[in-house]
This record gives sequence, structure tokens and C-alpha cells, in this order.
Amino acid sequence: MDLSMLWYLVPSVIMFVAGVYGFVTRKNMIALLISLELMLNSADLNFVVFNRYLFPDSKEGMIFTLFAIAIAAAETAIAIAIIVNIYRAVGNTDIDSVKKMKF
Amino acid sequence: MGITLPILILALPFTMFLILGIGGVKMSRKLAGTIGILANGALMTFCYIVALTYFFSGNEEFIVDGVRQQVQLFDVTWLAFTDRMVVNIGFLLDPICAMMLIVISTISFMVHLYSWGYMEHEPGFQRYYAFLALFTFSMLGLVVATNIFQMYIFWELVGVSSFLLIGFFYKLPSAVSASKKAFIVTRFADLFMLIGILVLSYYVSNAPIESPLANASAFNFLNLNAQPSNVIASTLGATFLGGSVLTWAMILIFVGGMGKSAMLPLHIWLPDAMEGPTPVSALIHAATMVVAGVYLVARFFPMYLAVPDSLEFITIVGAITAFYAAVVACCQIDIKRILAFSTISQIAFMMVSLGVARPELHDGLGYMASMFHLFTHAMFKALLFLGAGALIHAVHSNNYTEMGGMRKYMPITHWTFLIGCLAIAGIWPFSGFFSKDEMLSAMYANNALWGVWMTMVAGLTAFYMFRMYFLVFWWEENPHYKEHSPHDAPWQMSLPLIILAAVSCVAGFIPFGEFVTWNRAPYHIHIDWVGVAIPSLCVATCAIALAAWLYAKKNDKPAKMKAALPALWQAANRRFYWDEIYMFITHKIIFNGICRGIAWFDRHIIDGTMDAMASVTQYCSLKIKGMQSGSVQTYVLWYFFGALLLAAITWICLL
Repeated sequence: MDLSMLWYLVPSVIMFVAGVYGFVTRKNMIALLISLELMLNSADLNFVVFNRYLFPDSKEGMIFTLFAIAIAAAETAIAIAIIVNIYRAVGNTDIDSVKKMKF
Repeated sequence: MGITLPILILALPFTMFLILGIGGVKMSRKLAGTIGILANGALMTFCYIVALTYFFSGNEEFIVDGVRQQVQLFDVTWLAFTDRMVVNIGFLLDPICAMMLIVISTISFMVHLYSWGYMEHEPGFQRYYAFLALFTFSMLGLVVATNIFQMYIFWELVGVSSFLLIGFFYKLPSAVSASKKAFIVTRFADLFMLIGILVLSYYVSNAPIESPLANASAFNFLNLNAQPSNVIASTLGATFLGGSVLTWAMILIFVGGMGKSAMLPLHIWLPDAMEGPTPVSALIHAATMVVAGVYLVARFFPMYLAVPDSLEFITIVGAITAFYAAVVACCQIDIKRILAFSTISQIAFMMVSLGVARPELHDGLGYMASMFHLFTHAMFKALLFLGAGALIHAVHSNNYTEMGGMRKYMPITHWTFLIGCLAIAGIWPFSGFFSKDEMLSAMYANNALWGVWMTMVAGLTAFYMFRMYFLVFWWEENPHYKEHSPHDAPWQMSLPLIILAAVSCVAGFIPFGEFVTWNRAPYHIHIDWVGVAIPSLCVATCAIALAAWLYAKKNDKPAKMKAALPALWQAANRRFYWDEIYMFITHKIIFNGICRGIAWFDRHIIDGTMDAMASVTQYCSLKIKGMQSGSVQTYVLWYFFGALLLAAITWICLL
């Protein structure tokens, strides 16, 4: 059977909202990072889906997604490095313990 | 002629300014003085080569059928506003420019040498030489300007260097206020000059397309001077308050010259400028910068000739100033002030001479005579100032009351000073006689009134110069000499005096008309002995005799004269209260009346608005700064709701 675009977009929205929910509620920075990846992947999924259904002759969305995945990997590496350093300095990876950068 | 020397003439003094200005603090006095003088000597050589090549080489580039040419050795585009309004920087070589190159470089070199002795013990010696180099650069740039805009730039630069040098002794409050006064007054006059330039260039750059001016730069002297009638045509008969626009433009440009050349009523800065070191007075406030106004009129002479009303204006301003300054000079005590007023009077003489010059009267003799007097005056007035500097150096006072009987103690200064006085009084065979005779001839040719009037001023000149001479060198010996007897200055100071005195003796015999005339064709000078020379010689001799009778020996005649007319003496001594008038206008009327309201507006409305904006911003930031809590999750939540809100708004708008 033919899948309509909705079959892809609904899971993507669920993934995104789950990411937002996770980012706002979790305390562990690793969990935050995972939530972030969820949001990013849902956006990537949208790219691919819109490309596939709306502009089937072009490939820009796909290529863009590939780039986004590569850059997301690099960002994750940086985020992990930051988290490791915070752990060394503070002793845990609790997001509430790094609130010094404020007014 | 190549462009190497012209560029060097401008580049060398500017480089010296940079070297001495930046590196001067690290140099010893001896090194700074030596390289300053050597560089200036080289500069003088270059200027002489250029000027003498121009006058004597007979090259076709410079002279065709006996008519000297105006040559633009180089002229590069510097700033292009539109196709027609283009500002160039270049080097225009013509008779008056070549003559000025000689005057400026000679006097500048003499002053550099003299200052070595005069300024020896002053702090800031290196800075002084740097400023001298800056001034020399600016003045040379002014005289070689190819267009009015370049001239204006250098015009302001000489103003700045004059300001810096007058205020050289910046710890003296009087020097500081004098430098500010000089700058503000001349700058005020330059405002009018700028307006004149803009009016002129506006009409020229809007000339109708069929006019020959249509493809020329609006600022270039050669283009303007070659076709004054086209310039008049380009104004399309526009008038303002009954005068043609061009007349107004030329008069406004002349007002700038009035400021620099200290014509009434913008003369008030020059006497105060004597607060600067004396060699500076000799260079800037006697020989070179103050004649910039005369040079400006001479440079634009064909244009002024096209609107004779402006020449009448120049004549009247000059004649009044000459008489006023001569009267004031008779009642001053400070010898530098006497010389300052004498300078004002003599420059006014040149202005009158330019103002009465017409091609139909003795082939435009007035122009030649004015330039001739500019040349001779620069030499003998620099000599007088340097002599006065030697006196001040010896006595440590500017007032003749502290001097008297100096001829026995300072023979070199005495003889050179006497030559300077004879030259300025116009006694044969000293240089002033020849130039003054030509000027008076031109004035008689125009109108007997100007001739008689200026002969009277010439008599006053002789009187006040010899009044000073006798009071300084004769009169009665100051009793202080017994403890501390004055003596002649060191050779660095005496040598320039001797050279300039020698020049003042022989410069009159230069056939000046062969070199500089209004149409650059040769003019054969002949002295009108019966009509002009003998009467003026008689007047001068009588004036000298009167001065000798009054002041040669100590007596009570001067005191009686003063007691007979105390009000007049007081008024002349106070310079007829011009400074007080200016003070009244600026302080009482402008500062207290008009500016008070403006100050209130500035303090309360402008500043108030700004303060209100600042305090509102501060208040808001205090209220909302809690949002920056440091919690990343809160930020994301805010961001998320913000994005939702934007999406909602977009959706509603699209529906």
C-alpha cells in the first residue's frame, strides 16, 4: 500500500515533542543530549520526507540531511567533551549544578 | 622640468616634520637643530633651482615670445565629487609662485638658523623645529596650489601651524589665549572664504554645456583666470542684494584673505600673535603667512579684474587699515607690537596697490608693485623682527622703556636694524624705496586721493619706525646696563641679520617688472622722480627728522605731547578699543544673550532626552534581568513557546 506523507510526519512530530519534553524535564546532561539528538533527527526526517514527496526530482533535502547528520555527530563530540569537563569540575552531570552563567 | 624637484620641495619639509615630530623627543638638541637646518638648506637650494630655472632658463616651456607661462608641473586627481567638480593636488609654477618660493625658502632658512641661537635654552626645542618644518611645508603647498581647493587646504594648514607656534610657550596663559584668538579669528574669516569658494564652484560647475568652462574643473586657477567672462556668463546674471553673484563670491574669498592678512576689522589676532617666539613672528607673522591674503588676490587677479567692484572694496579696506595700523603703531610701547602694526599697515599697502591696479593704468603697474613690495617687505620686515629678537634676547623685555642707548652695546644689531628702518621708510637706495615708489605711482594713476592718502601713511611709517629706532638705540642709556651690559647675539643670530640687511640694500635694484607682472609680459620699471619719488622721499625725510627731533635725546617733548592729548594717546595705545568691541560683542551679546538660551536648550532638552532614554532602558533591564536565570531548560521552554506563538501568528495570518 502507498504510504501518505502523514505516516512519516506524525512520528516525526512525536519524536520532536518527546525531545522537547525530555530536554525540559530531565536533569542529567547526557539525557539532555539524547533529547537534543531526537529533535535533530525529527528535523532530518522532515527534510527527507518533504524532499521525497514534494520535489521527487531533486536531491537537495537528502544531501542536506547527510550534512546535518555529519555536523550533528561533530556537535555531539563537542558536547560530550564539555560534559566531561563539567564532570571533572563539579563532580556530577546534573544540569542544575551549572547555573552560574546568569545576570 | 621634471617632477622630482617639485615633489621634493613639498615632501622634504613634510618628512622633516614627521621625523622631528615623532623622533624629536629621542634626539639631542644639537642633532635636531642640525638636521632641521640642513634639510631646510637643501630645501632652499631646490626652491632656488626651480625658481631660477623658471626665470632664467629661457626654456620654451616657461617663456614664449617674452611672455612667461603658467605651467602645471603635475596635477593629479585627488577627490572627484562629480565629473566637473574635481579636486586636484598639483604644482603650478608661474612668476608669483616662483617669487614666493624664493621668499619662503630664504626667510625660512634664515629663521631656522637664527632660532638655533635664539631658542637654545628653551624646552621643546625639537618640537619647535618640527612645527617650523610643518609651517614651511604648508606655506609652500599654498603658493604652488593649482586650484582654489588645494589652496584652501594648505590655507588651513598654515593656520594650524601658526596656532601651534604662537602657543609654543604653552605654559604662559597669554600665549595660549593668543594662539586661540589667532586660530578662531582666522578660522572665522575662512568660513566666508569657503562660502565664496562654494558659490563660485557651484556656478562654474553648472555652466551651460556650450560654455568653454563645461569641460573644465570648477576649482582650477588656470581655467577660471583664463576665462573670467565665461565665469560671469555661467552665473546667468544671478544677483544678491544688488551685487552680482560673482562679485559676492570674490569678496567672500577676499574676506578669508582679510583674516589671514589681518585687515580691519579682522586684524585683532596679529598683535597678540607676538606672544610666540620672535623668529616665528619674523617668519609667519611678518614675511610669509600674513601675505597669503595678498597672494590670494594676486592669484585670482584676472577674476577680480572682471568684477571691479570687488577691487574697489579691497582698496577701501586696505586704505583704512593702512592708516589705522600706522596711527596705532605710533603709540605702542612693546617693540614687537610696533612691528606687528607696521606689518598690518604694509600689507594693507600691498592690498591697496592690488586694488588700484588696472590693465589700462601703466599696464597694470599696481600688481607688479604689490608683488615687488611683498618681496622687499618680507626681507626687511624679517630683518626688523630678527633684530627685535636680538634686542629682546639681550634685554629680556619687549618694551623700549627697558632699552635705550643700545647702539654702543649691540653694533651689528644697530646697523642692520637701521638698514631695515631705512628700507621700510622708503629711503633711496634701500629696497623699500623702489617698491613703495611703484605702489604710489600706481595709486596716483588710479586716483589722486589714494596717492595722497598712502603717501601720508608712508610718512607715518617712517615716523613710527624711527620713533622706535631712536627710543631703542639712542634716547638715554638704561641704568641697568651697568650691572648686566647687553651684547650682540651669537653668530647664528647675527649672520641672518647681516644677510637680510645686505638683501635689503640691493633688492631694490632687481628689475622686478621683468619677472612678475599681471599679464606675465615684461614691464620696464622707470622711477617717476618728480611726480612721486621726490615728494614721498621728502615726506619720509621730514618724518624721520621729526622723530629724531622728538626722540634722539632724552627730553620731555614726548611726555608733553602725551599730556596734551591724553585721550587720543590712550585710544591709540589701546588700539582704538577694537579688542574691547570684540569682547563686548562676543561676551555680552553672543555668550550672555544668544547663547544662554541655546545652552539651556542643550542642557535640558537635548541632554534631558538622552538621559531619559538611558534611565528608561536601565529600569526595563532591572525588571527583566531575572529571566536570565542560568537554567538552560528554562531558556528552551521559553524558546519553544515563542516558536509556537510565531507559528500560530503565521498560521492565523495565512488563513
